Amino acid sequence: MVRTDYLLLILGMGLVTYIPRWFPLFFLAKRRLPLWFVEWLDLVPVAILSALIFPDLFTADGPHRLVRLFQARSLVALPTFLFALKTRSLGGTVMVGMVLFWLAEKLFQG
Amino acid sequence: MDNTRPLRALIKGGVRAGWPVCIGYFPLGLAFGILAQKSGLSLLEIGLMSAVVFAGSSQFIAVSMLNSGISPPFIILTTFMVNLRHVLMSSSLAIYLRESSRKFLVPYAYGVTDESFAINLARFRDSDWHRYEALTVNQVANAAWVVSTVIGGYGGQFIPAGFLGIDYALSAMFICLLVYQLRGRIYVITAIVSGSLAVSLSLLVPGNTYVVVASLLGATAGFALLKIARRKQEGYGQN
Repeated sequence: MVRTDYLLLILGMGLVTYIPRWFPLFFLAKRRLPLWFVEWLDLVPVAILSALIFPDLFTADGPHRLVRLFQARSLVALPTFLFALKTRSLGGTVMVGMVLFWLAEKLFQG
Repeated sequence: MDNTRPLRALIKGGVRAGWPVCIGYFPLGLAFGILAQKSGLSLLEIGLMSAVVFAGSSQFIAVSMLNSGISPPFIILTTFMVNLRHVLMSSSLAIYLRESSRKFLVPYAYGVTDESFAINLARFRDSDWHRYEALTVNQVANAAWVVSTVIGGYGGQFIPAGFLGIDYALSAMFICLLVYQLRGRIYVITAIVSGSLAVSLSLLVPGNTYVVVASLLGATAGFALLKIARRKQEGYGQN
């Protein structure tokens, strides 16, 4: 069962999510871009990825978000990072990270 | 791009690259399903939202806003703000999709997420990644998202919390995807600047707009450093 107001909400959300995904592909893919822009764009992915991962590793949620440099998430990140650096295997890194985090949580709780 | 590989091989390649995303999505999808079901969404509505919107964080926000009785136009506006970061990702991907038709970009754009973007970008850069392989990554991730959110809505509460460290799957994946991007000193510096900015901003700004602001500032800082370093080198060369 899908209620009309929910359907409209979902379609609205879908549209405003789709447009930012589609717009640059449509307009940039066929255009010759200036060199400075290409060089700048080349640095964007690494910036996005660290902007996504750093707060996840080094802050703790609560009533207020806090910086917490040493917690299970960040401590496990170091061996996970080294494993990724060494093997460059995405699946392997996911597995290693999960197992290490599981062990770390056990230790912290124990 | 080579067109010699058969479609089946391309789909296989995409699945092989995309399965870690599926593992990463499962705990998130289950959690979303549970939350959405508790907020009164039916299974069909949960599945439809995951299929149409396909953006995890904004779906969580939307459901919690629904719970607080916030009106749909405001939820849609918030969704727009939260997902604006995809502009940057699609811009980076655009360089590698020059040879694809605009018709191909219509379904492709739908699957651009934080995760699929990072996987496909690294592959496009480092191998002769075919656009159909990239599209397959998007689609298997999408399927995993829809299925996991519906399972969560159906009976996610029966799965024990913290099962096998699955809460860390996405973090581990992003760590590896970040490693793919660290191709030299300037990338490492950009990562540290952007990451530190993101941590600081995340304390000050509610929501996740800090991702966009920190990445724009971080990339621009890295670019400025690159220019300065180059100018210095040229200067030494002339003297």
